[in-house]
Amino acid sequence: MSGGSNGDRFDEAGVERQSMDVDIVCVGFGPGTAGFLSALSRGLLNEDGSPAIESRVVPGMPLQVVCYERADDVGFGVSGVVTRARGIRAAMPGLDFREIPMATPVSSEKVVYLLDPVGASRRSAPRRIADRLIRTLGLHQHLGVELPYLPPFLRKHGGVVLSMGQFMQFVAADISSSGVAQIWPGTPVAEALMNEDEQGVIGIRLADQGVERDGTPQAGFVAGMDIHADLTVVGDGPVGAVGRQLNERFGLPEGHHQREWALGMKMVVDLREGSALEAGTVFHTIGYPEPEIFGFLYVHPGNVATVGIFVPSWFRSPMRTSYRYLQHYMQHPYLWRYLAGGKLRSWGAKTLQESGRRGEPFLAGDGYARVGEGSGSTNVLTGSGVDEAWTTGVQLAQAVLELARESKPYTRENLERTYLARRRASWLEKEGRTAEKARDGFHRGVIWGMAGMALAGLSGGRLWIGGEPRLMPSPEEFYAKKLEAAEFRRIVDECRAKGLSCHDALMDAAGWPEIPFDGQLLVTHQDALLMGGKVQAPAGFADHVQFLNADFCEACVSKQCIEMCSGQAITAGPGGVPLFDREKCVFCGACLWNCPSPMDDDPPRANIAFHAGAGGLHSTEN
Amino acid sequence: MTPFQIVVCGSIVPDPLQTLEPVTAAGGPSLKNEMMLPAVLDPWAGHALFEAANLAQKTAGSKVWLVSLAPKAKLQQVMMMVAQKAPFELVALDGPASGFTDSFETAAALAGAVNGIAGLERSRLLLFGGWESASRGAGSTLQMVGERLGITEQFQGVDELTVREDGSLEILERVEGGKHQVSVCQAPPAVFGWATGKLPEPRNNPQVGMVNMRGVMPALQKARPAAVKSAGLCFASVSLPKQQRETRVVKNMPAEEIAREIAAWIGEE
Repeated sequence: MSGGSNGDRFDEAGVERQSMDVDIVCVGFGPGTAGFLSALSRGLLNEDGSPAIESRVVPGMPLQVVCYERADDVGFGVSGVVTRARGIRAAMPGLDFREIPMATPVSSEKVVYLLDPVGASRRSAPRRIADRLIRTLGLHQHLGVELPYLPPFLRKHGGVVLSMGQFMQFVAADISSSGVAQIWPGTPVAEALMNEDEQGVIGIRLADQGVERDGTPQAGFVAGMDIHADLTVVGDGPVGAVGRQLNERFGLPEGHHQREWALGMKMVVDLREGSALEAGTVFHTIGYPEPEIFGFLYVHPGNVATVGIFVPSWFRSPMRTSYRYLQHYMQHPYLWRYLAGGKLRSWGAKTLQESGRRGEPFLAGDGYARVGEGSGSTNVLTGSGVDEAWTTGVQLAQAVLELARESKPYTRENLERTYLARRRASWLEKEGRTAEKARDGFHRGVIWGMAGMALAGLSGGRLWIGGEPRLMPSPEEFYAKKLEAAEFRRIVDECRAKGLSCHDALMDAAGWPEIPFDGQLLVTHQDALLMGGKVQAPAGFADHVQFLNADFCEACVSKQCIEMCSGQAITAGPGGVPLFDREKCVFCGACLWNCPSPMDDDPPRANIAFHAGAGGLHSTEN
Repeated sequence: MTPFQIVVCGSIVPDPLQTLEPVTAAGGPSLKNEMMLPAVLDPWAGHALFEAANLAQKTAGSKVWLVSLAPKAKLQQVMMMVAQKAPFELVALDGPASGFTDSFETAAALAGAVNGIAGLERSRLLLFGGWESASRGAGSTLQMVGERLGITEQFQGVDELTVREDGSLEILERVEGGKHQVSVCQAPPAVFGWATGKLPEPRNNPQVGMVNMRGVMPALQKARPAAVKSAGLCFASVSLPKQQRETRVVKNMPAEEIAREIAAWIGEE
């Protein structure tokens, strides 16, 4: 058996590492694992309460199932959604969404094209002409054009608006009360334990506790326990340590890649009294603050709204930021008429794996299976991920119950025959195939991308517009039309000398208006961390973000990791190697895919190590 | 040495990182969205639990119970975070845990639950709990629980408890002026309202969690509704403590300078 080496942080020799045996161990409690545990728990006990399936490790007891989650509580650090909830409803037929706080049926849905109200958005000449025409002809309301047609593939009618935090708490309580599965938050999983030939997984290793920032043991050191399991369910999301470890170990299936990403950032807002927004209202927006940035607004019951943006990896700005753009987005007149007078209630950010079906890794192997977003379940055409992730978990649970009843081991062959076969035969696969090339056109430009989505959506995936990622321009090139080279250099030097990111100063200089902070909804980035994210970093765990090769960082011009950091946890450091402050990290994972320094021997890997870590957001309203 | 039977009374409070907003509902004051807010084990009760577990570990044959009155669903959620910390058996009561309940009724419910623990021997009983609560600063509940159980030896603001060779207990209680009063108690039963104690929060131990959870879920399923109505209670007013937040990011500031600045800030108040 081998089990990695704690990220090579210290010599394992002499470390006393305890172990425990269970039947099934799950990594991460996201929608995929929630679907798995929810469906599994319903099949583990007979009606009289006796075990329907007996544990191998504790004979006479039900299957021993545990799930370890990094965040300090279930439902922390995940995102809000509007979803058709087909998979959720199918797995929980009696579910009344009204039992879940902040959930409500979708009542209306609009796609809105937003004009640029400030004159700073990067718009092509044809787009500027079109915008001018719209204004001249008065085809807008509050600088927004409500599109008359919503393609079927985008519609969420019949679906629900959810707070994922509240939904996950609801599901966790349901699973835990069954008594047949245990969920343990605040317990990061460091790595998968591989078998002797390194071809299969035999369990997981929990993160060490009582260590210095660099991972070396200190007083009170407790080596992370090894949890041996017949089946390891990997559902730790797109930037999870275990999922990425398996990707590195086994690679991806031929033709697959995970190079498309997005950062979703959002706020949950207490709307002012009489805001005129009905619960269940859904806006999808395009066009502003930059043409590449999509936005959304969902309305929950109780006069509460979720508002946010997606900043995609194909947005070719090396100085991109989510927080500043989100503030401009909220102030767009089309949205601000509803949001003005509102108050920030919660805030968060999350990386989305946008390669979808083409980002699918090997879904099963000896002793392990992949579920959830990290397994490539997100539908990039419909912009839907939670229900899909949930469904992968349900399908795995059905497969596990089938194998357990047959007393068959969790080998690659058996899991492929049961889990993979279910997945391939389901709507998940069909719709994933339709969507898998739908967004390729965005690498050519936004208009091409929108046209490609429409083609793929309306043709069932038979037609699409292709495109390949292009090189990111240098920061200087990006701002060349807006700023003189000397002015650009002066701003960057000043910001770096102060340890600050540069995007705020550069956006100010490029014509973006300053944010009129009101202390309620328009607040500084740091206040968003305090008021909305309530970020926590428990003592005794190592820094989970590390910069691998100092030379790369010193030579890096754009320092995109600093600009894109959702919590301002990464700042400029002396000598060019950024500094990392764990107490501000929301675990969004944006640094991982915004590092422009690929490793020579493994280009998909960047110069940042993103280990398992504890803490992060403390909000259950996201 | 005679093993102890340590009963810890402790409930839950909203995660202190959350924004708490008092509102007036039909049943009196409460916190906005209280059932949506994440909860944690009351930090004072947490100190008591960790001290109890430490004492039990050092005294072979001892056992720890956690008696908790809280909304069952919330208590279940908090157990996911607590049950990996220390071995205990849960006795759950389903009822309100906000800072607006009547401490007299709460104490009566807790005392009833302690009395209902099978096999409890008064001669070995140590009643632990928080000196105060993060949601209630009165510090009266544990004292009343002790009184209802007829335990006259009571110590409040405890920071340290040592078992001496003759089996008697030496207690450090906080007194005015940042000092401790040293008392000696010959034998159980006794009540200990813990201040912060001296132990750090234990590391998560998955094996402890697995064992605890086998008892936690049945205990939650058996949880009886607690008769805590607070019917005779009237709140004249409810307000949040005055808060002031100034965010400033400073790297590598010497501790002395930070202390000087904080002292100056306090002086301005």
